[in-house]
Amino acid sequence: MEVAQMQRRLVDYTKTLFMEFLGCSVLQLQQLQDESNPDFVVEVVSLFFDDSEKLLNDLSTALDQPNVDFKKVDAHVHQLKGSSSSIGAQRVKDACVTFRNFCEEQNIDATLRCLQQVKHEYYLVKNKLETLLRLEQQIMAAGGSIPMIEMGF
Amino acid sequence: MKFSCGRGAMSITSSSAAWKPTDVVADQFPAGLRVLVVDDDPTCLMILEKMLRTCLYEVTKCNRAETALSILRENKNGFDIVISDVHMPDMDGFKLLEHIGLEMDLPVIMMSADDGKHVVMKGVTHGACDYLIKPVRIEALKNIWQHVVRKRKNEWKDFEQSGSVEEGDRQPKQSEDADYSSSANEGNWRGSKKRKDDEEETDERDDTSTLKKPRVVWSVELHQQFVAAVNQLGIDKAVPKKILELMNVPGLTRENVASHLQKYRLYLRRLSGVSQHQSNLNPPFISPQDSTFGPLSSLNGLDLQALAATGQLPTQSFARLQAAGLGRPTAKSSIPMTLVDQRNIFSFENPKLRFGEGQQQQQHMNNKQQINLLNGIPTNMEPRQLASLQHGGQSIGNMNMQVASHGAQNNQNNSLLMQMGQPQSRGQILGDTTVSHSPRRPSSMGQPILSNGMAANVASRNGIPETIGATSYNPVSQATSTLNFPMNHASELPGNSFPLGSTPGISSFSSKGTFQEDVSSEIKGSGGFMPSYVKFNDLSQHKPQNWELQNVGMTFNFPQHSSSLQSNLMQSVLVQQGSSGQMNGHNRSSAVVSRAMFSAGDIKEHGNAQNVNQHLNNLVDNIIRVKSEGVFDTSPGNLFPVHFGQEDLMGALLKQQDSIAPTENEFDFDGYSKDNIPV
Repeated sequence: MEVAQMQRRLVDYTKTLFMEFLGCSVLQLQQLQDESNPDFVVEVVSLFFDDSEKLLNDLSTALDQPNVDFKKVDAHVHQLKGSSSSIGAQRVKDACVTFRNFCEEQNIDATLRCLQQVKHEYYLVKNKLETLLRLEQQIMAAGGSIPMIEMGF
Repeated sequence: MKFSCGRGAMSITSSSAAWKPTDVVADQFPAGLRVLVVDDDPTCLMILEKMLRTCLYEVTKCNRAETALSILRENKNGFDIVISDVHMPDMDGFKLLEHIGLEMDLPVIMMSADDGKHVVMKGVTHGACDYLIKPVRIEALKNIWQHVVRKRKNEWKDFEQSGSVEEGDRQPKQSEDADYSSSANEGNWRGSKKRKDDEEETDERDDTSTLKKPRVVWSVELHQQFVAAVNQLGIDKAVPKKILELMNVPGLTRENVASHLQKYRLYLRRLSGVSQHQSNLNPPFISPQDSTFGPLSSLNGLDLQALAATGQLPTQSFARLQAAGLGRPTAKSSIPMTLVDQRNIFSFENPKLRFGEGQQQQQHMNNKQQINLLNGIPTNMEPRQLASLQHGGQSIGNMNMQVASHGAQNNQNNSLLMQMGQPQSRGQILGDTTVSHSPRRPSSMGQPILSNGMAANVASRNGIPETIGATSYNPVSQATSTLNFPMNHASELPGNSFPLGSTPGISSFSSKGTFQEDVSSEIKGSGGFMPSYVKFNDLSQHKPQNWELQNVGMTFNFPQHSSSLQSNLMQSVLVQQGSSGQMNGHNRSSAVVSRAMFSAGDIKEHGNAQNVNQHLNNLVDNIIRVKSEGVFDTSPGNLFPVHFGQEDLMGALLKQQDSIAPTENEFDFDGYSKDNIPV
């Protein structure tokens, strides 16, 4: 596939992503990337993945206890909320907000459901981001550069 | 960093909307702004770092609050602004905020994904200069330099008010710093800032009114001069005017002397009240380990250094320090740490704390007095110190200070410090920093002796392993009392004119960086302390009421709510200890507990079971004593909340001891024992 074509695909895909899943953060992230730090987006996104997986595991464990420690759960969710919002995973963040509300009420069933919801959103966004990264890598491998996406905001 | 505050430069950057790195041309400002960013979330941290770099700032990132504090302490003047997350596992962001404000007086920006009004309000009340909501946009970061400018401007103004004489003092300093040249404040900007860092000696700034203001740094030498003058005149006849004349220090104002004298008097009063354990001087409680001590440690560190520098200060002076530092009239004698009350105390810091440490005598101090805390001085105090620590919960502050700086002072000192802090803290300290009192650092108590569970300890305990390292917790019966806190953080201490003022005694600790060497390794040990914290929490439950007392001891004697900063700090410190994160008042108890833990831990650690027990007992006694003395109620300085119920406490402590990481506690916490238990 030609570089230009790939680039176009990337741009379109990113825009879609932005519209649906991610906030402008992802674009900001891209803008932060430059020659001196060409792998910035990849690094950050990978970091986000690792961190989130860990948090989700911790959450599952915590909610699996006979006596759920809601404070701990809340702390984890808060953290996930922070990192997902930083990276632009809007829906994950919203799911986290709901999650926290139920945590306050100490509602085990609801929180378990929320956890599922958060996980779902997370895997969705993970998938999308991985696709994005793959696209970028393809472009780079083909010798092209990642186009800057001006969203005009 | 080149900060040219020229108006022109500013205008360039002021058009933030269109600000781009490329816009910063001629005058580099705010490029090069040195930012420290703290966040436990690695994703956010990385993104922030990148964004800040894009803004052409110099970024340092860390993911733990304690690390941040130690970094800040090591480079007293190495940063211009701090950005911190609110929710962090090891320390509450607000506590960190307080610590930084008190110790380093840097502008701090809070940030969080949490945008609830009450949280933001909390940020404001704790002194944050801004609050950002995550996800943080780069545009918001482009403007953070304004806070730096504003703060400097205010500081400078304060200086001006305190007396024009100071300008003369500042001038030389400024010349060193060529970076800052504000069009408005002709090079005076830096002056105020620099003053804080490098000068200890005649940088008296009028800090009476404002808490966060740059404090007049009462260096060891200065304090000694002061003490000499007072002695010459006779304590009863010593009036600020005459003292000022006798001292003949250029740039020193009558107000500075007056406030210092007040603190000193309190300190003395306290000393005389606590006569039991001289050894208390050992600031064991200053468990340097916790950077959380923040204020405390800073004081201690400073004081310690001061003490260290001055060598063993005569007990008397130490007492004075304590009194002065402690400034807590309320704090019963046991609380040597009255330091807390006076923020200014910190200014003493060196002088004050030093005494504690320098004084091998500690004994005086130990007597329940806070001084013990300060005493980082000769370890004899240890057992006593514990006792004293208890009193001086506040002294912890001192202790911390001492610890911090001391390090070198005397082994004893360390123990004093350690002890002072609180037996509890010892545990912590011990854990962290194997503060081998041993003469590592002559007074590098590094971390204020946490041992006494001093509030300082508390704070630091929270997890500041590093800090501990600095302070030789030696709470545990470190006979050597050389708390030598590994003050790795010591560096910080000296500079920390701990607003907590608690460090009158601790000032000795302020040994900057003296401890460092040893500390670093030791601090690691602090990790072990954490468990002690936990334990303490349990303990604390036993005696909630004690905390009141303790808090007093712990919190450097901060007037409970007077200086928000201080008290907060104290509280935070306390809280830290107790890991309860409750800042107000409640924390105190936790602090106490934690302190006790330290001491307990310390004691154990050293393996001086006997001593430890003794110490513990002492601590417990102290605690009890403290209670009876009712010292604590008011002053946050209750550094030694350790009173938990002896049995419980002891038990808990002992238990903890086992679990506490075997941090080589060299802390001479042993000094705690008020009962002069031989360490």
